[in-house]
Amino acid sequence: METSDAERKQDSTKKLKNSTRNREFAVIAYSFLAIFIATMGYFAYFQTVKSEDFINSAYNARQDSFSSSVIRGKILGAGGEVLAETQVDEDGKETRNYPYGREFAHVVGYSTNGKLGIESQANFNLLRSNTFFLQRMVNEITNKKNVGDNVYTTLNVDLQETAYEALGDREGAVVVMEPSTGRILAMVSKPDFDPNKIATDWESISGDEESSVLVNRATQGLYPPGSTFKIFTTLEYMKENPNYEDYSFQCRGTLTIEDSVIHCFGNEVHGSENLEESFTNSCNTSFSNIGVSLDKTSYRKLCESLLFNQSLPGPFETKNSSFVLDKNSTTMQTMQTAIGQGETLVSPYHMLLVVSAIANDGVLMNPYVVDHTENADGTVVKEYENSEYGKLLSKSQAQIMQEYMKQVVNDGTASALKGQSYTAAGKTGSAEINSNRDSHAWFVGYASKEDSGKPDIAIAVIVEGAGTGGKYAAPVAKQVFDTYYGQ
Amino acid sequence: MVHIIVEVSKYLMIVLFALYTYECFAVFRRHKSQEHQNRIFKSQTRLMYLMHLDAFLVMLAVTEELKYIGLYLIQLILLVVIQLCYKIFYKKASRLVVNNMCMLLTIGFIILARLNFEKAVKQCIIAVIAIGITLLVPFIIHKLKFFHKLTWVYAIVGLVCLSIVAVMGARSYGAKLSFTVAGITIQPSEFIKIVFVFFVASMLYESTEFKQVVKATIVAALHVMILVVSKDLGAALIFFTVYLVMLYVATRKPSYALAGLAAGALASVVAYKLFNHVRVRVIAWRDPLSVIDREGYQICQSLFAIGTGGWFGMGLFQGMPDKIPVVESDFVFSAIAEEMGGVFAMCLILVCASCYLMFLNIAMQMKDQFYKLIALGLGTVYGFQVFLTIGGVTKFIPSTGVTLPLVSYGGSSLLSTVIIFAIIQGLYIMRQDEEGNKNHDEKKKRKKVRREESEKPAVGNQRRRKKTGFDEEIEELD
Repeated sequence: METSDAERKQDSTKKLKNSTRNREFAVIAYSFLAIFIATMGYFAYFQTVKSEDFINSAYNARQDSFSSSVIRGKILGAGGEVLAETQVDEDGKETRNYPYGREFAHVVGYSTNGKLGIESQANFNLLRSNTFFLQRMVNEITNKKNVGDNVYTTLNVDLQETAYEALGDREGAVVVMEPSTGRILAMVSKPDFDPNKIATDWESISGDEESSVLVNRATQGLYPPGSTFKIFTTLEYMKENPNYEDYSFQCRGTLTIEDSVIHCFGNEVHGSENLEESFTNSCNTSFSNIGVSLDKTSYRKLCESLLFNQSLPGPFETKNSSFVLDKNSTTMQTMQTAIGQGETLVSPYHMLLVVSAIANDGVLMNPYVVDHTENADGTVVKEYENSEYGKLLSKSQAQIMQEYMKQVVNDGTASALKGQSYTAAGKTGSAEINSNRDSHAWFVGYASKEDSGKPDIAIAVIVEGAGTGGKYAAPVAKQVFDTYYGQ
Repeated sequence: MVHIIVEVSKYLMIVLFALYTYECFAVFRRHKSQEHQNRIFKSQTRLMYLMHLDAFLVMLAVTEELKYIGLYLIQLILLVVIQLCYKIFYKKASRLVVNNMCMLLTIGFIILARLNFEKAVKQCIIAVIAIGITLLVPFIIHKLKFFHKLTWVYAIVGLVCLSIVAVMGARSYGAKLSFTVAGITIQPSEFIKIVFVFFVASMLYESTEFKQVVKATIVAALHVMILVVSKDLGAALIFFTVYLVMLYVATRKPSYALAGLAAGALASVVAYKLFNHVRVRVIAWRDPLSVIDREGYQICQSLFAIGTGGWFGMGLFQGMPDKIPVVESDFVFSAIAEEMGGVFAMCLILVCASCYLMFLNIAMQMKDQFYKLIALGLGTVYGFQVFLTIGGVTKFIPSTGVTLPLVSYGGSSLLSTVIIFAIIQGLYIMRQDEEGNKNHDEKKKRKKVRREESEKPAVGNQRRRKKTGFDEEIEELD
């Protein structure tokens, strides 16, 4: 009896020992279990959240294989207007139809012979069907095509039509956005093409290198900014000189520094001016005078913080604007750069983002053009919310600039917009492109109307080779503003 | 018609595999009788055969090529033979491990037959050979008792083989991993993994004093360094992790593990600064889309495949897994996820996890420290490799280019993994014998006790319930 008791005791301590001996094993087992669970968690996260970024990539060759099992969804305007739809005839032949034809050519794009615009950006959404899954299973099994999701854009058909008409036969671009949200309301580029005939006319459309019809000038066209660049020069001067209000300059129509000569437009003599008056008059001599006084490194830094030499936010294919001035630049280069000539290049879309930030007290919202997607039955699949891109300017910088830009309308080069039911603000520009004094007409600005219940809108207009911004670009902006505020 | 077969089978295979996976874990549940467990194991094999059949029917329907029937029959015979051999010769082997091994092989067979018929045939031949060779392994492990005495033999074999490869090896995908003898390409690091586990186990079995640990660490570090120089980052990481895990468990000192992790972190930074091929992988991991034309191409293709497949997959032959470079070996998981679905892929991870847990379970149940460490080491080799490959192709961690054991194409990988599974079976059988003897003794003892003093309850029996929860859970598999 004694021995068996002792034996039992020994036995139990051995067991106890065995269990503590296994503690490290348990630690390892649980750690690896955790790793496996984390891997599965990541996999699930990827499938549900992240995968869209990858599937949407234009490099994903699998997208097009969807078109064999899905009828491409519609693209619609903000008011539900059909901008693109696929029609299936009795034989099952599919045709992509664009009811507005040329008006939305670049922004909506096309989906045959390659892809462009929203057709390209939202390709995956259009080819993915989120109808009721049982319906889809039945379709898959019976080999019937599913109906793809519909993409609702932020595009305002009235504004787009107005802008399209306002540009007339001129080449150029108009792009409109809500500064407080980043919604793109209109985007026109000319020369244009008819997306309904893209397949039949492909040779002539893509082969035309001189006017490069397929290039969306709003986002990919790079132009000298002309006097609109004085916004940047003014901001830099205010940054370097807290007493900028004391600035004063005597304009004689011409300014010569070290053999470099700058004229005011039409050799006009503006007389004695402060900074705000120089801005309102768009006085070239005053701004070249300011330019040479600036710290070029700091100047470049400011421009880069305002998206020069950077890739621009938003869903579009864009070209980077360029600002090349550095501390080795000559006086002539500096003087020209300060007034928006020289080597600086900018896209209308970039200028739109900068004026939007100014109108929105310095904060730039991420631009977007797809508002939400719905399945064929009208249930929302995914909604895109607006988000801040960042603070480009301080609130006080933005507000001073707002005042200056309003002054341009009230008492300066953009008087075409004066005396409306809404308050407009902006800056004109006439970018000289050759020695014949031909110039691209620019207008960048925004409009607001209290009690209208509508958010402010910002606009960038360029009319190629037309003449002065005040005469040719500002009226385009006026028509768009008028339509927006319902006049 | 073909379309219906593809679509229905897609969902059917997911259901079959999900049921199989469920049963992998259901078997762990407490208070299941032996009989009940056997029923589960039988059901698992049935599910496996069904899935295999279904997949080949789909491939036959899509391609209309009769060669798939031949391949199917050969594979079917192989699977049946494996099941029978273990049933006849190794009655005490773990049936869950056998089933999982067969299931993983089957999935590999299916996806390889879909991706590349020639390679599928090759893989099948290698599997036959591997199974043939390793049928003896459990017996050898069970009978021969001198494995713990060969410490330095393991070290020398390991270091010499790895060095030969590093110096002479053929270049494959920027890493010197393999050499070719008589037309057969061998990747030694796959086998040295096993030898290395035996080395570390016998070293730490002898003693866990500081001096011994230093010696073991130096040899282990040499292994890892040779692998890093030969650019086999995946293998280097596996060796490193295995050593750290075994060291921690054997010495029971978390400080060693922490010091090891710190050293590893430092080494990673140095390797990142020093070697371009390390930097490339990290760049591709961070933002693959931005470097899709170069470093990120492979991982992007993999993620396109996984993402486009979604939860239910495209169906066999309905996706484009061929777009992924080396899809048959390192990126086989992406092909599975694309065509067989995300749900299927998740189940695959779970089955691998169940294998790993079974290995660790065996490690805990063994009595002898040497064999405990062997089971732990081999389990870690397996588990960590699964993590590296799946984590790598899903961009959870930077890709290191290792295979998915038993599923990926590759002779060395397949053979070495089958060996690992066979060794584990040997250990499992050994433990069953121990247990059998013990039960036998205990029964006798208890009888004696009961006879002499029937009113006292057995203390040992009560203690038994006080083990850690993990122990308890898997004890039911006895």
